[in-house]
Amino acid sequence: CKATQLLSEISMCPACRKFGHQMKI
Amino acid sequence: MNATTATAQQTINSGQAEIFQDKIFMHSLRQKMMKFALIQVRNEQLAEDAVQESLISAYQHIEKFERKAAVQTWIFSILKNKLIDLLRKENRLTSASQLEDGDGLHGDELIEFLFDQRGHWHKEQKPIHWEQPDLGVENSHFWRVFDVCLNHMPARYSRYFMMREFLELDTNEICENEDLSVNQLNVTLYRARLKLRECLENNWYLQEDQS
Repeated sequence: CKATQLLSEISMCPACRKFGHQMKI
Repeated sequence: MNATTATAQQTINSGQAEIFQDKIFMHSLRQKMMKFALIQVRNEQLAEDAVQESLISAYQHIEKFERKAAVQTWIFSILKNKLIDLLRKENRLTSASQLEDGDGLHGDELIEFLFDQRGHWHKEQKPIHWEQPDLGVENSHFWRVFDVCLNHMPARYSRYFMMREFLELDTNEICENEDLSVNQLNVTLYRARLKLRECLENNWYLQEDQS
């Protein structure tokens, strides 16, 4: 999950999926 | 432009120019501009100069103002360009100690707080679903929360985040201006976004959930 770095710069992880939506902040 | 259009435009512009006579509006606008400029240039005199020049420029070019834009947005766009120019000219460096402030957990501590040793979310730190996030931008209290979150980040985080998201500078421009490697900038922006996300979630979206 620490995926979140790439999302700042998923099919199995709802938490990271939510994080990705939240980046789209 | 025919005579009728010219007269109409003149009326609009004189109406807009009157805004500069509204002391309450101008005082409030100047405060907001100073707050925004100070985060970027971290020097009261430079920030004051940028704000003053932006207001003078707005007053002098009131005829260029587009009817559909809000005056405040238009003046902020002038300030934004002034700040970009200033940052490029100054290209100043700041000591690391000055930049590593901010409230609460940040940096490695925040990452350890959010993720376990295998790099997965701690159960209680997983992001929640943000209900109707678009509605927040219509709410004045939301902007106070956002402002507090932004100002309580370490100065380096909020500065680079604002350069990227508000001034819309690209990675290369920020790296060149701040004498950073791309990797250093990516790490800092990642930490800034983690911190801002967590702050907004705890102080706005979770509160909304509970109300």
